[in-house]
This record gives sequence, structure tokens and C-alpha cells, in this order.
Amino acid sequence: MISMKNIRKVYNTGKVSFEALRDINLEVEDNEYIAIVGPSGSGKSTLMNLIGCLDTPSDGEYYLSGRKVDSLTANELAGVRNREVGFVFQAFNLLPYASAYENVELPLLFSGMRSKKRKKRVVDLLNRVGLGEKLQNKPTEMSGGEMQRVAIARALGNDPKLILADEPTGNLDTKSGAEIIKIFDELWETGHTVIVITHDMNIANHCQRTIKLKDGMIYNGNGFPVKKQTASAAGLN
Amino acid sequence: MFQLLSIRQFFRDMRHQKLRTFMTMFGILWGTAAVIILLGFGTGLYKYQIKRFKGLGENICIFWPGLTSKPWKGLPRGRRIRFTEEDVARIKASVTSLKRISPEFARSSVPMKTGRNNLVARVAGVWPEFSEMRNLIPQAGGRFINAMDMAEKRRVVFLGNRLAERLFGQGDHVGRTFFIDNIPFTVIGIMSPKEQNSSYSGRDYNHAWIPSSTFKTMWSHRYPQMMIAQAQKPSMMGRVKKDIEGVLGTKYSFDPEDTEALMIWDTTEGFKFFATFFLAFRAFLVGIGCMTLVTGGIGVSNIMNVVLEERTKEIGIKMAMGAKKRLIMIQFMFETILLTAIGGALGFLLAFGIMKAVPPSLTENIGEPTVTLAGGLMAIGIIGVIAIVAGFFPARRAANLEPVKALKLF
Repeated sequence: MISMKNIRKVYNTGKVSFEALRDINLEVEDNEYIAIVGPSGSGKSTLMNLIGCLDTPSDGEYYLSGRKVDSLTANELAGVRNREVGFVFQAFNLLPYASAYENVELPLLFSGMRSKKRKKRVVDLLNRVGLGEKLQNKPTEMSGGEMQRVAIARALGNDPKLILADEPTGNLDTKSGAEIIKIFDELWETGHTVIVITHDMNIANHCQRTIKLKDGMIYNGNGFPVKKQTASAAGLN
Repeated sequence: MFQLLSIRQFFRDMRHQKLRTFMTMFGILWGTAAVIILLGFGTGLYKYQIKRFKGLGENICIFWPGLTSKPWKGLPRGRRIRFTEEDVARIKASVTSLKRISPEFARSSVPMKTGRNNLVARVAGVWPEFSEMRNLIPQAGGRFINAMDMAEKRRVVFLGNRLAERLFGQGDHVGRTFFIDNIPFTVIGIMSPKEQNSSYSGRDYNHAWIPSSTFKTMWSHRYPQMMIAQAQKPSMMGRVKKDIEGVLGTKYSFDPEDTEALMIWDTTEGFKFFATFFLAFRAFLVGIGCMTLVTGGIGVSNIMNVVLEERTKEIGIKMAMGAKKRLIMIQFMFETILLTAIGGALGFLLAFGIMKAVPPSLTENIGEPTVTLAGGLMAIGIIGVIAIVAGFFPARRAANLEPVKALKLF
């Protein structure tokens, strides 16, 4: 699913350059359920942006579903995000003026799905997350848990293999958070690869394996950096 | 559906930001109105002036007798050069670049008498062609002098409209008889009122015209006061002048290069100057309007930059969902063009409203403001260019946002 080799990410802000990630070697098999944990500033979000093709690495090679994606153009990356990755954000990132229906429709519009098929797909997706009754509700008329479910429905739009979630329960109460995790469980069970960034050790422990980040590097459980991270070497099986 | 989404969002934004939207559109509205109004008044004034200019006649050249200023073939300078009606007939027969020509015999302060009025006015003796050259158009029911009048030396008269009014008062006077220098004449036509901004011996509305043959029997003039020539085309006027000078120069022995042997008034020269002047004048007016419009365009561009700031997150979301650069760009361009189009349309309405509201008392002096199709299309073209330029830069900025930064994820 994912293969990263010697990935490095450097941010240049004027005179100061900051190495957000270094020596990242990561292999993810199909249908894994992974938690990325680490303190603030450890590079979790940067890693997720790279995995999700929102950003490109400064160095290193990245293969997503067997395709080399580390040096694609902006438009090619847009296509990859559209078809192969589903994002779920801590702040939901729904369009505030648009209804649940319109929000879920977004990635389908970008992929050029035909109107009839699209309509059915949007309704199916919202039914799947239990919001079949709230098609026309706007985010402002929904609870946090409902908003996150809309976001998940949106992430599933073009049926991507990979679901990336950045602190998906960070803004939710315990009960809603548990509901969201339950949906991720279902997605994993139906064959998706799910990667969750979290601070919540309960969620991390719930996952198949945990990747620990510190100072832009991947550590194993012992706190030592590892050159190559595989399911067997660092997973919490 | 996507376009629909974005249009809906656009109008939602407009509602939420009423003042901002209004101010933006007002810039375009005002600029458009300025372009259209200035264009309209410029064109109206131009057409009005053209019409007045043509009151004297189109493409005509007037020749008066003169004095030689150079010795020629042993003859001294200072000789009087005059031409006769027969000379004019010879010119008509030999100069091919001519369209029409007529001598004009003239006598001023000729006494005229009707049952109720006595007055004096200028009387001219001319050929039938004179009417077309000098735009003397008869009012309904009347006519100008014709060949039969000429041949039979009829005592018929064509009257300027104001002269007719002074003689007879309001009404239709064709067929009435009155006395010119104590000889009875019949009115055969009255001139349609016309705009005229140049003339010799006074405006046409106060003149009377009779056949040249009749004129000569009345007053025994040997030489016409002048002759009027019309070229086939404005560009041929130079040749007409040269040929006429050639014909008369041979007969009366003067240097064809002598500019004073005949006095010449070529109205096409004034017209050329006038046309150039007005072209510059109108360009100036439209230029002012365009500047206003450009200022409006800068306003739109600024607003779209503000919109961009507000929408950065939204753009980030769309990019994360796989929206390509082009799509983001199109959305921004589309909104700018829509905003400009609405402002422009309102500007057109305002301009036409103002032009319609101009009172007739004003249009009498400056002409009726008119927007030609070409002018309107030009204005639309300018607005379009401004919209595209105003939209392009914010749109490109939007499209070049990095998704991560737009989402403010780090």
C-alpha cells in the first residue's frame, strides 16, 4: 500500500530551515489499521500530509499503491488525493455554507462522476454513516459527531483504499468519538487501510500497530530510531 | 452542478457582504456608465455637427471670380478673372471628375411684396442641380427648379422656409403668387428646415432661388456671383479644382498655379479637419471613461484578493478533495466575471436612463446622445478585458496555493 524510503521533509522559512522529518522508512501493507502517535511537533501531521499527497517530500522515494508519487505535479497529486485517499480532519473541514449532501458531493464532482450516479452515491454514503435523514442540513445545524460522520462519508466518496484521519476524535466528546472509531473499525473490516493520528492511547492501543514519532523520526517501542519499520518489527500485534 | 454550487455560493456571499459587493460593483457600474455616457454624447454631438456641416452641402467646392496675382504670357498681374454661364456649361461638359455643377447668379436686398408684407431678401439664379448639391430639399407638395423652368424662363421661385414664413405666415404656400422686384412669381416649393453651420451670404432659410435663365432676363447679369461644383467622390476634389482652373486658365489666360485668379472654398477640407478633430475628441472622452472603468477593475481585483483570503481554507479543503488548479482558477475567474458583468449591465442601464432623460432643449444644441452598436460592443469588450485581467491575478494566486498551507495544517 505504502512504501517510503529515506523520506526527508525540510521547511524553509526565510533564513531558518527546519527539518520536520528525516530518515523515514515506512512500509504499510494493504488493510492495516495503524495509529501514529508522538508529542506535538514530532512531525505527525507532516507525515500524514506526505502520505496523503497533500505535500511532497524534500528527499526520498514514496510509492503509493505501487505508483511513485514523490515527484508528481500539483495536478497529478490532486488526482491521487481525489481517487486514492480519504481525509478526515480534527476540525472536520466541511464547507460551512454547504449542506451535508453538497459536502459529500465535492470529491465526486472533482472526479467527474455523472449526475445520476453521483446522486445515488451521495445518498448511499450518508446512509452508511447514519445521516440519511440529514441530507440537507448544514454543518452549523449538526453536532460534532454528525459533522465528523459527514466528513467520513465525504472521504469515502471515490472509494479510496486509504483513509487518513488526523485526530478525528480530538474535537468530540467520548461517546461521539467512540462512534467515529467504530466506523473506522468497520472500514478496516471491509478492507480499507486506516491510518489515524491520535493522542489518545486507548485509540492507539485499539489499532493493529502503532508508529511512534519523535523529533521527526520513527522510534520503536524502546525509543530507538529504526531504519526500516515493518509490521512485524514495530507493530503491536 | 458544480457551477450551480459556486453560483449559489457567489450570491450567498453577495448577500452576506452587501456593502462590499455594492462598493465593488459600483466601481464597475460607474465606469461603464461613464464610458457609455461619454461615448453616447460624443457620438451624438459628432452626428449633430456632421448634419449641420452637411447643411451647406456635401463634397462641394465654391468658386468666386478673383484677380490674377502673377503675370502670365505677357499679361500683367491684377487682371480680373470672371466666368460666364457658358463657361460653367463648358466645364460641365469637359470635366469628368465632376458630379454636378451650377452657376449662382445673385442679387441681395431684392424687394418682395405679398398682399400683407413688404420685405427685401437675397435672390439667386441657379440650375436644377443646385438643389442636390446644397441640400435644398423641398417640403412635401413642392419641388425645386427643373429643366422646363429653365428652358421656358418661367417666373417660378423656391423659397427658404423662414423667408416663406416672413412673406406669408404659417401654412402651405406652394402655388401662391407674389411680387419679386414688381414681377409676379409663383411659389413652386419651400425648403425643408435643415441644420446648417456654415454659409455664404447668410443662411439658406432666408433666401429665394429662381431659374438662372429667368434671373438673367430680370436683371441682365452677365457674370454669375459664383459657381458651385460637386466632385464624384471627396477624394476627387483636388482634380476637380485643377481641371476647372485648367479650363478657365486656358480661356482667360492665367497661370493654373495662380491661387488668386479664382477664389475657392473647398468645404471638404474643413470637413476633414472636423472629422479628425472629432475623432480625437471622442477618443479623449472614451479614454476618460476607460480610466474610470480601469479604476473600478482595480477595485474588483482588490476585492477578489480579500475574497481569496477569506476562502483560503475552503480552497484548501477543495484541493484536499482533489480539485485541480484549473478548477479553482475557473471558479475565481467566473466569480470576477459575474461580478463585473452585473456591474457592467447596471452601468449600461444607468447610462441609457441618463441619456433618455436628457431634455429636448439640451439635445437641440448638443445633438441626441447615441450609442452605436460598435460603440456598445467596444464598451462590452473593454469591460470583458478588465474583468479577465482583474480576475486573473487573484485566481492564479488561489490556484497556486499549496494545499497544506491553505488548510493551515501545520
